[in-house]
Amino acid sequence: MGPNLLANYGEAVAAILFCIGFTNLLLQTNLIKKIIGLNVMDSAIYLFLAEKGYIAGRVAPIVVNGVTSTEAYINPIPSGLVLTGIVVSVSVTALMLSLTIRLYTRYHTLDLDEISAQLKKEGK
Amino acid sequence: MSKKRPESEYQKTFAFHFFRWLSGSKDPYLGEVEMHPQKEYQIDPEAALRHEKEHDAILDKVYDPKRNMGMKLFHKLYHATSIIFCLFLIALLLVTISWLPATGTVNRPVNNEVAERYIEKGLEETGAVNIVAGMILDYRAFDTLGESHVLFTATITVLILLRLNKTEKNEAELSDRRFEPKNDAILQLVATFLVPIIIIFGIYVILNGHLGPGGGFSGGAVIGAGLVLYLNAFGFKKTERFFTEKTYKWICFFSLSFYCLAKSYSFYTGANQLHSIIPKGTPGAILSSGLILPLNIAVGLVVACTIYAFYAMFRKGGF
Amino acid sequence: MNFICNFPFFSILLSLFSGTVCSVLPAKAAKVVNRVVIITVGVMSTILLLYLLSTGEAFVYWMGHFPAPWGNEIRAGVLEAGMALFFCIIMYLSMAGGAHKLYGEVVESKHSLYYILVNLLLSSLLALVYTNDMFTAYVFVEINTISACGLIMIRQVGRTIEAAVRYMIMSLLGSGLLLFGLCIMYDLTGHLLMSNIKESVGQLVTSGEYQIPLIVSIALMCIGLCIKSALFPFHAWLPDAYGYSTVSSAAILSSLVSKGYIFLLIKIIYRVIGFDIFNSTRIIDVLFVFGLMGMIFGSISAIRENDIRRMIAFSSVAQIGYIYMGFGMGTQAGMVASVFHILSHAATKSLLFIAAIGLTDVSGGSRKFIDLTGAAYRNKWAGAAFTAGSLSMVGVPLFSGFISKLLFSQAAVQVEGKMLASLIVLGISTVLNAIYFMKTVIRIYTPFSETGYSGITFKDMKGYCIVLVCFIVLNVILGVSSQPIVDMIEQGLAMFA
Repeated sequence: MGPNLLANYGEAVAAILFCIGFTNLLLQTNLIKKIIGLNVMDSAIYLFLAEKGYIAGRVAPIVVNGVTSTEAYINPIPSGLVLTGIVVSVSVTALMLSLTIRLYTRYHTLDLDEISAQLKKEGK
Repeated sequence: MSKKRPESEYQKTFAFHFFRWLSGSKDPYLGEVEMHPQKEYQIDPEAALRHEKEHDAILDKVYDPKRNMGMKLFHKLYHATSIIFCLFLIALLLVTISWLPATGTVNRPVNNEVAERYIEKGLEETGAVNIVAGMILDYRAFDTLGESHVLFTATITVLILLRLNKTEKNEAELSDRRFEPKNDAILQLVATFLVPIIIIFGIYVILNGHLGPGGGFSGGAVIGAGLVLYLNAFGFKKTERFFTEKTYKWICFFSLSFYCLAKSYSFYTGANQLHSIIPKGTPGAILSSGLILPLNIAVGLVVACTIYAFYAMFRKGGF
Repeated sequence: MNFICNFPFFSILLSLFSGTVCSVLPAKAAKVVNRVVIITVGVMSTILLLYLLSTGEAFVYWMGHFPAPWGNEIRAGVLEAGMALFFCIIMYLSMAGGAHKLYGEVVESKHSLYYILVNLLLSSLLALVYTNDMFTAYVFVEINTISACGLIMIRQVGRTIEAAVRYMIMSLLGSGLLLFGLCIMYDLTGHLLMSNIKESVGQLVTSGEYQIPLIVSIALMCIGLCIKSALFPFHAWLPDAYGYSTVSSAAILSSLVSKGYIFLLIKIIYRVIGFDIFNSTRIIDVLFVFGLMGMIFGSISAIRENDIRRMIAFSSVAQIGYIYMGFGMGTQAGMVASVFHILSHAATKSLLFIAAIGLTDVSGGSRKFIDLTGAAYRNKWAGAAFTAGSLSMVGVPLFSGFISKLLFSQAAVQVEGKMLASLIVLGISTVLNAIYFMKTVIRIYTPFSETGYSGITFKDMKGYCIVLVCFIVLNVILGVSSQPIVDMIEQGLAMFA
């Protein structure tokens, strides 16, 4: 273990959430739970980024009263990356949900393994 | 030292018959076994049906996850391994994080000349009071251009998956009407009050994107939510008066084209060191910061329509 | 700055913009726009390639008004321009070769959506090729993934939708890992532009700071891209996705989409981490082992398959294994072989998919081998093309596959410790390739008169036959005049560093 685990407790939480989301997305068989896992994973990354931009005692990077010194504001780059990332994850979630709707109307189940079994049974 | 046997005696031995059979010169059954002409095979419809049913039953059993012992065992192992896998991944990342630079401090690689310039010169170079907006729509605008196209691509894929053709659409419409709370007085009253406020708030967030927290995406999402509420309260009949698939298509087209062309102009002038004719304006005024305000409006329109389109698609596969 | 330097930017924006334009056009017009855009981008890439060969220097293009560490930029060298040109050629031929199937397999009203996706896919591939910024790369990786998913499920049968779900899940895991690795890398270096990250990484390695996070970040990015490009243990989605989607999609997916991710990985290795630093980590050994396993297990699965499209799809797993084996060798020669194999595999695999569709069409639409007996007599052009593709895959001289195998063996001889393993597996894999491809070739050339299926001749499908001839010519060009191409790859890789 390195020296900064306690100082980086926010990132540690993000890492744990990331792993939980990752495992859910990889190993759950229920499609909705998979999508929840995906969102947990993405949000964990945004938490990580937000933590990375933070500097103790400084405020959000919106210029107030014309003060443009670096001492006043936190790092704006991670915030920008989070904004971009959120749009990506919204799009991906919408796509996954519509795939789920399509599969559900056709096979009446959300379990991916059951769907595979039915497909094999159809033999096509 | 064998003695030579006469032919007649040899013909009675087993060896003689065996070799004759082997060489194929005599069929042992010829003339011995009575042969009937074979009846043509008749398919018994009942039996065929039974066979088919049995076949289906076997298939059901084979592919039934509950009966399959291997699958059951596999599932148990699966749970165990997935937990171990998750814990291993957590341990690995925790070790990594413990070696990262400490959060909240100033002396980190992240706080370098890049962030410094964004903060110190951002207002002057982009004209945006909100430094993050200035960063994503001017310094690193190519990312944001890609990002809005991610949303566009996702909409196209959702359309491919869920858009119905005409005949299916009528059926879907009929079944959808059952769920529609047509005359829910409370919902309608609340919506009459709330929807304008929500939409005005969304417009404020979009227009204020370069001056404070907000921007195209968040404002667009708010407006989209307002539209979804309106749809739920009053139904598709009312929304179709001002919002159909055609409207959606053209709004998306114009906003994204404007986005693309405006940014192309800005990239082109930037890379070729040409003078850009877009004025920066006075920082802090609503009409300032060059392209950021129009871009925010374009993104806001696209996002609002997209959110509404997602909802309509998910609900009944059309507008 | 020379006007030609604008071309990478023009090609990305043109294809992106054409996606938007196609959304309001009817299907026929969208098709024309799609073709025109691909040709235009191809022409621009050719001019750019010639220009770069004459100047011999890569250049950086600002995307905006701000220079390196602040703004966003793209970069073009010989390898990038060559790749862009090659991608355009393959994409055009795949679209042209599969156009007639699109009408049967995709609902009429969704054709224009298909062309939108193809345009967006092209733009994301170009952006992946040209970008010089890690976060831009991530955003365009997502566009690539989503549009590839759309291409898979545009033909809506149960299998393709299930395959699309599996593809999305694997891809999203890959993107998650890539993004996390990227964030850690950003935290360590404070930059997002590739050249600046490389500088900082060099400093970190010499000073010995942050060793563990650095390695983990590199590993996360590599694994993420490996998952996305279907390296051996992560290939479960691949056979259904390639086997049941409409044929243009299958050809584009197998030859371009996975190659885009691999090209990004090469870029990361050279331009973000640094070739020598990457080779000093253990990650290349892992890539090497998985590459070898992929070569064998992919071929074995292909042998067991009874469906021609799925067989070709499994063969892709083996070929991706070759490419990662080249990465794993950790030498310049291995890298050159891998890049050449990207070209060779892309040219051959799309040829095989397009030819296979001609064979199944004259066999009543069945993909089972038993029904394909004698199919090459009913469609002589597809039969010949499939044979050419198979010979190339097996590695017969005159075709491109031979050169890539030759380069791989030459590279393997120079590596101590990995020589024996790579040569043995290369041999085994070649034999396995020969088994399943020659089996298919013999099957389609087995005379079989009693069929109710009618054959087709050149007159019936002129466009299709011309596409097949173009593919064969492309393969032979890669196989015969390989030396200039290999030189170009070497020059391009030198420009990377």
